[in-house]
Parts: sequence; C-alpha cells; structure tokens
Amino acid sequence: MNKILLKRTLAPQVSLIEVDAPDIAKKALAGQFVVLRIDQNGERIPLTIADSNPSKGTITIVFQKIGASTRLLDRLNQGDSILDLLGPLGHPAHIENMGTVVCIGGGVGIAEIYPVAKAYKNAGNRVISVLGARNKDLIIFADEISRVSDECHITTDDGSLGKKGLVSDVLKEIMGKEKVSLVSAVGPTIMMKVISDLTKPYNIKTYVSLNPIMLDATGMCGVCRVTVGGKVKFACVDGPEFDGHEVDFAELMSRQKLYIDEEKRSVERHCSDENPNCRCKG
Amino acid sequence: MRNKPRLRDPKERAGDFNEVSMGYSPEQAKEEASRCIQCKNPQCVKGCPVNINIPAFIKLIAEGDPAAALDKIKEKNNLPAVCGRVCPQEDQCEKMCILGRKGEPIAIGYLERYASDYGNKNSQSRNTKQSSLDKKVAVVGAGPAGLTCAADLAKDGFSVTLFESLHGPGGVLSYGIPEFRLPKKIVNDEVEYIRSLGVDIRYNMMIGGIFTVKELFAQGYKAIFLGSGAGLPKFMGIPGENLNGVYSANEFLTRVNLMKAYRFPEFMTPVRIGKKVAVVGGGNVAMDSARSALRLGAEKVCIVYRRSKEEMPARIEEAENALEEGIEFRLLTSPTKIIGDEKGWVRSMECIKMELGEKDESGRRKFIPLKGSEYVMEIDTVIMAIGQSPNPLIGNSCSELKREKWGGVIADPETGQTSIPGVFAGGDIVTGAATVISAMGAGKKAAEAIRKHLG
Repeated sequence: MNKILLKRTLAPQVSLIEVDAPDIAKKALAGQFVVLRIDQNGERIPLTIADSNPSKGTITIVFQKIGASTRLLDRLNQGDSILDLLGPLGHPAHIENMGTVVCIGGGVGIAEIYPVAKAYKNAGNRVISVLGARNKDLIIFADEISRVSDECHITTDDGSLGKKGLVSDVLKEIMGKEKVSLVSAVGPTIMMKVISDLTKPYNIKTYVSLNPIMLDATGMCGVCRVTVGGKVKFACVDGPEFDGHEVDFAELMSRQKLYIDEEKRSVERHCSDENPNCRCKG
Repeated sequence: MRNKPRLRDPKERAGDFNEVSMGYSPEQAKEEASRCIQCKNPQCVKGCPVNINIPAFIKLIAEGDPAAALDKIKEKNNLPAVCGRVCPQEDQCEKMCILGRKGEPIAIGYLERYASDYGNKNSQSRNTKQSSLDKKVAVVGAGPAGLTCAADLAKDGFSVTLFESLHGPGGVLSYGIPEFRLPKKIVNDEVEYIRSLGVDIRYNMMIGGIFTVKELFAQGYKAIFLGSGAGLPKFMGIPGENLNGVYSANEFLTRVNLMKAYRFPEFMTPVRIGKKVAVVGGGNVAMDSARSALRLGAEKVCIVYRRSKEEMPARIEEAENALEEGIEFRLLTSPTKIIGDEKGWVRSMECIKMELGEKDESGRRKFIPLKGSEYVMEIDTVIMAIGQSPNPLIGNSCSELKREKWGGVIADPETGQTSIPGVFAGGDIVTGAATVISAMGAGKKAAEAIRKHLG
C-alpha cells in the first residue's frame, strides 16, 4: 500500500498525486513509469513518473481522467492509499549533452516531458520547451517547465493561451531560426507522429515516448509490442522511448484502439450516474 | 483396476471456469491407496523430483488418515495441492510404479491431491524453528521454484524475503494455469502455509529494477536465489502477428487468470475473444488457452500444431479433456501468415500442411512443409502458445551473471550455483519453460546448496 500524501487538480480532467514510495523515488529516472492498481478488481495502469523526490521519498504522478480506472483513481484523496505500485519500469530517457534540445509536451504529456526537460537542462543543454493543449485550462506544469527551460513556448488549439495552433508549428519556426540537435516529444500518438515526420527530412534525432496498451509491463505479455525499424519491440521493457523516425505509428494507433468498446462498458459499469454500481460517487 | 477420478460433464464444464476434475471421494481414495503393494525398494520415489516418501503417505491414506498423509508429503513438498493437480505424474512417479508393468500404476497424483484436499484442516505441519536474522536470504520470484526454495530455507531457520514483481503470488500458477485446472484458492492456501513458515513476501518488487543483485547483498542478504521464470513470450515472426486479435498465450492467460477478465466488467481488465479462435502450439499452455477461449464463449476453437498427436508436449489427460470439450485439432499444420481487414483486425490465417521426417537431435520427428498445400482458415482471434524464454530483466542489470545465448541463466544442475558466488538460480529461468515440479525440484536443490554455502 502506498499513501497519497498530496493531491491537486491541475485542470478539469487532470490531477496530480504525490505518492509515498521511498524505494521507487530513489531509483526513478526521467522517462520511467510505474504500474498501479487501485483495488482488488482493478486494472494494472501504466503512468509516467512526472517527478521524484528521493529525500522526501515521494513520486509525482499526473493523470487524465479518460477511462474507468483513471476516474476511480481520481476518487482517491490525500491520505488514501493505492493498493499496488510497481516501478520504476522501462528504460530512462536517453540524456546527454547534445547542444540545443527541443522538448515538446502535448496535453497530459506536458507533465511527462517535464522530468525529461529537467534532465536535459541538468546535462548542460540549451532547452527549448513547447507545450500544447486544446485550451488554456489544459496547459499544466508551465511554471515548472519554464524553470528548467531557456525558452518556453505555449500553443493552444483555440488560442486561449499562447499562440493559436499546434506544437508542430512552433517547432517549424524554431528549426527555421536555430540549429536543433535533438527533439524529445511526449503526447498523443498523432502529435508524436507529426513531430517525427517533420524532423525526419532534416535528420534531427527525435525521441518519442510511446504509450501502447500494457498489462504486466514487465515484458511478460507482449501486448505493448510496437514495430521500430522493422523489428518488434516491447515498449514496456525495450522502451517506452524510441527513435520517432523508426516507429510504425499507424500500427501503434490501430493497436491502441483494441479495447475501445470494452472501455465504454467499463465506464458505464463503474462510473455512470444512472448505474447503482457506480463507484465514482461517494 | 485404477480408480477413475470424478470429472464434470464436458458440456457443463465448458461453460464455466469451475474445476473440471473433482478428484477422489474418500472411498475411492482408500480403495486406490490399498492397491499399493508397498515396495521395499520403491521406484516411484526415484521418479519424484522432490523425493516424496510416496509409499508412506499412500499407506496413511489406506489407513484413513489423510491429515497424516499430508504431513508426510509436506516433509518434502511445500505445494502438494498444486502438484496433485498439475504434475505430469505419468512421466514421473507413476511411470516408475511397478504395478504399471503389467497393469495400471497407482494414481499417485490423485492420492496426493486427495491428501491435500481432505487432510488440510487437521494437518500438524507448522514451522517450529525461529528464524535467525543473521542468515538473511533473498528469493526472487514467487512461482514454484521460489516458493519451494523459500519454504525449505524458512523451515531451516533462515530469514527469507521473497520478492515478487506481480501484485500476487504463484507466478505461473496464478497467471498461467487456469482456474478450471488449478483453482486460485488452492494456490493462495498453499502460499498462506508458506507464509506461516515465516517467509516474508514482498509484492510489486521487480529485482533488476528496484534493487539489483549487488544492492541485495549490500542490504545484508547473504545469498540470493533467482527463480524469476520464463516469462518472455515467443512469436513466430510471420506477417500479421501485430494485428488486433493476435495474443501471446501469456497475455491471453494473464488477462483471464490473474486479472480475472472472465468476470469483466466487474473485474476491470478486459479480454476480447472472437467467434473463431486458433491456438498455435501443442503444449499445456496451448490446451489451457484453447479451453479458456471456449469458456469465454468462442463458437469454434482449434489447436494448430505442426507435428502429430504423438509429438504433442501437452499431457495426454489435458489434450483428451480439450477434445471432449469440443476443441478441434488441426495437426501437421503450421501458420504462414495472418491476414487482417482494413481496420487492422484479424480475419483469416494462412496455413501450410506438414509431413514428418527423420528424428532430430531432441528425439522428435522433424516436420517438413508440403509445398503447395497452403490454405486459408477463417478466424478472428489467434493465440500464440509456442513457448516462452527466460525473463531477461535481472540478467540485463547484472553483467556478471553468465547466460546461455538463448537467455537461460547458467547454473549448476545439482546446486543451482551461478557464475556469481552466493547467487543461485533454478526453474524456468535456467531450463527455459518446463514443468512446475521440475522448477520445485530445482528450488529444493538450491535451498540445500544455500544451506551448505552459509554453513
């Protein structure tokens, strides 16, 4: 059991929890993730470690309420405990001093790019961050990311904060202005695909952190398999970070839709207002 | 004549996940036990990887005392209710039984199961030794090898911590073998017994990630046993394997068994089973997958295996159970590609027919594809049950640990000693995917070696 020591709402559908996990906090590196299970009937859900504090013994997780499990997770409050917490999992992000690194976060991926940006900064890079979301409410972690960036750009689909448009538009501008050594992107799969397509002709190394469906997340089941450079890789143990120019994004996007119907049924069963079994209500 | 165990009706049992075999009644067990001629030099014991005193426990059953029989078994075997159900006795103890030469061997497995099921309440088997903290041992993996090693060491007074990466115990007993063959309550009861011996089990701890082997030594563990199994699923490498609707058997069975997807949406992990399911492979895992698919409501399930029935590695009993329940067997057949629709879902599978040739070095007859025999079968789900490799995570975090090219940890077969002093290994991580009881045997040998190593 791991206690939630702090909980904050970052945006209408996005929450942050700080969880007591001393052993994980000591080991966690940028780009790694945990798997958690809320209760005995729960799924194993993979979530990126957004921050870790070894001296306090805590890790920070930011999640968006998308499916039934994340909605149930959001029912937990400060002082409540998470039944199972496994980590750190996956390879850390490749961090080295490359020169100028552009770190791109889309939606809840903004919180996930934060530790990566911080690590690139600490490694001596010039860090340019680009944060994008649908609207201003969904721009999270902007202060934290600004602190570890030399430049920080914000874009929103509706123009309610920063520039109206997409993160790829801003990346294009930056590439026009200065030499970019490396791009690291976390966010919706389609965003990571667009970014990778954009940098490929210029041969700018581009890392993406993939989020396929996972089950055990320790290399046992293979549901997270992705094709990278023509080879089958398990994102949980071989990734989650891969070379964006090598990833078969079409296959990944198809595989991410595997359980769309079941997700809906699960939300209806566990989280709908009309359902007496709903566990989202108090 | 050997007593037949009570089996549920195939039609009824194929509709649920309750246990298929009901084992022996007390009368049947007594009768079967009385057939044992109590050899002075019992061959059956030689066939048992953990050397249970088989004639002695059978005698106690014949005398009507299953609790005493269970205590006798537990002197050597820490998981009797599991072994009574899933050991391939026909290749081990029962194969050696002298009665089998002219007639049918004693049903040792069913008697072991009976002793466990009926004797558990009155069993006296409890640990009396106090663990001594200066002899800390870390065991990695709460599957058959790790549980056995941990239990034996705890019985000897060692302070044992068992690290498990999943959220529950049992390893393959929990994620792999289905409820209808091995009820999870049985596994949990056996694990409770092992905990009562003083073993401290820590879940959600993936060694190689959270702690390395070196760090475990630094924490004061004097010896380490690695029993993390063969969890890495194999795929065939044919086109279409990443289509939606293709599972590794590990994924499919983990969803169904460990995560209880057969009770979705009450349990939140989903599993999707189509109408027509092909399971590729001929081992017990293939049988378990096929029979689970049937129970989840598939209309048609077939096993696709490249050799013939004689070469099939599955237990005969399990293949017969599958056949009775309506599983179709397409033997001498191997997939060549999986074909999908425009949305990326499986629609059909192309297979090629095989014939058998000379025996290869493993003693099994080689299969030879018959040119031009390709045909397409309509299916919407494929489950790949063609084997697993050792989980590489611990080895990757520990370069001193020597491994075979195929990934197995190199360990002395008699002691489990690896290339690192104080580190022992056993079970599927050493041999590749094998049986529950052989892993238990390796755990037992390693416990003995650790005892000697720590003097």
